Amino acid sequence: MNIIETFNLRKEYDSLVALDNLNLQIEEGEIFGLLGPNGAGKTTTLMTLTTLIKPTSGTAKVNGFDIVREPSSVRKSIGIVFQDPSSDDILTGYENLKLHGMLYSMPVTLREQRIKEVLKLVDLEDRKDDQVKKYSGGMRRRLEIARGLMHHPKVLFLDEPTLGLDPQSRENIWKYIEHLSNEEKISLILTTHYMEEVDRLCGKLAIIDKGKIVALDSPSNLKRIIGGDVVIMKINNLDLEVMRRFPFIKNIESKNGLYYLTVINASENLQQIFQAAGKVESVEIHSPTLNDVFLHFTGREIREESPEGGWGQRVMNLRSNK
Amino acid sequence: MNEINGIIAIWYREFKVFLREKSRIIASIVNPILWLLIFGGGLGSNVSITGINYQTFIYPGILIQAVLFSSIFFGVYIVWDRKIDFLKEVLVAPISRTSIFIGKIIGGATDALIQSLILLLIGIIFGKLGIIPGLQFGLIAFFISLIILLITTTSMVSIGLIIGSRMESPEGFQLITSFLLFPIFFLSGALFPINKLPAWLAPLTFIDPLTYAVDSLRNVILGTSQFTLSFDLGIITLFSIVIIIIGTFAFEKMKV
Ligand SMILES: Nc1ncnc2c1ncn2[C@@H]1O[C@H](COP(=O)(O)OP(=O)(O)OP(=O)(O)O)[C@@H](O)[C@H]1O
Ligand SMILES: [Mg+2]
Repeated sequence: MNIIETFNLRKEYDSLVALDNLNLQIEEGEIFGLLGPNGAGKTTTLMTLTTLIKPTSGTAKVNGFDIVREPSSVRKSIGIVFQDPSSDDILTGYENLKLHGMLYSMPVTLREQRIKEVLKLVDLEDRKDDQVKKYSGGMRRRLEIARGLMHHPKVLFLDEPTLGLDPQSRENIWKYIEHLSNEEKISLILTTHYMEEVDRLCGKLAIIDKGKIVALDSPSNLKRIIGGDVVIMKINNLDLEVMRRFPFIKNIESKNGLYYLTVINASENLQQIFQAAGKVESVEIHSPTLNDVFLHFTGREIREESPEGGWGQRVMNLRSNK
Repeated sequence: MNEINGIIAIWYREFKVFLREKSRIIASIVNPILWLLIFGGGLGSNVSITGINYQTFIYPGILIQAVLFSSIFFGVYIVWDRKIDFLKEVLVAPISRTSIFIGKIIGGATDALIQSLILLLIGIIFGKLGIIPGLQFGLIAFFISLIILLITTTSMVSIGLIIGSRMESPEGFQLITSFLLFPIFFLSGALFPINKLPAWLAPLTFIDPLTYAVDSLRNVILGTSQFTLSFDLGIITLFSIVIIIIGTFAFEKMKV
């Protein structure tokens, strides 16, 4: 069953088309990733699906309810963690959570139990009675994630949930998201810039660019589309004619002074490439990542700022070798 | 049940914020006292109205003024909620816009009620101490005054919220409300009697809903008035109902 289905969902701001007739199906129970560069329309998609903004045309169903005609039924089915801070900083962390529980009509005992649970999860138990204005940015982020998780909705939207968090907090959040998906059968839709997040969590992934879905599949299937390893070389004047003659080189692109080659069986064929290429300043080889998928479909690289550096598994600097 | 919980939730938050903003509470008490003592005292040394000391005469008007300003100003908090994105958290919750509006009204009215309570007590004390000569009212007048102030505050909070629901910046809100506040206040007869007005001024005063709030309060506290108490109460209640209905529509149309 589809927990979310959009029908030519469109949103225009004056002359700008933020969502360009989006058609999307998301299955119940899965963790669905929405990946796209800045301004792609990820937040607009979530805001429309959560009834906070009205589509210009088209519509969508969330948990079987129409977002335009039955917004209050939609709101009863969902939770969302917003991209921007949306807690009240005059209140304490605990008060923000309590308020959330009250807004969602949680019974008092369940509310208090869940508050304890989520505060522990995001490691804010000993700061719960501080006003939110005394929190750091990361702490506030964690509090708001805790808030979004608190009422266990049928569908949970997370707009860049772990942006700006340290690796340990991020790991905790990921584990809890997996737990929610496995144990509580919550459907999760998240937007992110982090490739590892998608790789780790998402069963399905949509790449969105300029308000359009340009690719939709599981991360592994999308990587398979690349059809080889990715070899990135820094070199003066690569002879493209020679390179194109190699049957194992599927694709060549150049960007920012680097050449991106898609190579079948790169580890076996690398020597031949080097011999033909001449003096290579540096080279990097990896099996296809979502970043390559992203580049393939949008012609751009996604902003990558993970502390672990999701990129290159093997980086070889051959400057002195050859 | 959800809706009631939602209303309580909104009220809970407004009240917590109110308790935490000490300067707002203090200002809402100190400003009216300064009006009474300095403006009332200064003018009162030369003026008395139908045998009543001027300071005493404007006391009901100053109560209305205090409630008017803090109630309408309360609307700025919804502009603020929008600015800090807290409004999204509220609007995405499974409660109706009407419940949000009602929760906000109760929140604002609670603030104004606490303020009224303190100012009424201060009135009694100042009367007893002779700081405001001749100001004397009993327990019944005290409670009827509270009810009048409560009805007045619901309409004024609603006006503030309606304006706030349309505005994107606190500065814009301030601009619009100051255009509104001063005419409503000065035309209400809070500072002058309305029985001998010049012909051009009388109609303006009589279309100001606050006139009837001031008149009813003067009736209850000072025993002097232009209209009957039931007429005054009828007008201000009717006005509140109309404004609340307009407010629910405004909230229905409100954007994040
Ligand atoms: N209120 C608005 N008025 C006008 N244009 C808007 C508004 N909100 C969003 N946009 C535009 O719509 C487009 C999509 O924005 P959106 O916030 O959905 O992008 P995003 O994919 O979430 O980007 P990011 O990764 O930066 O969060 C952008 O071009 C943006 O400028
Ligand atoms: Mg966004």
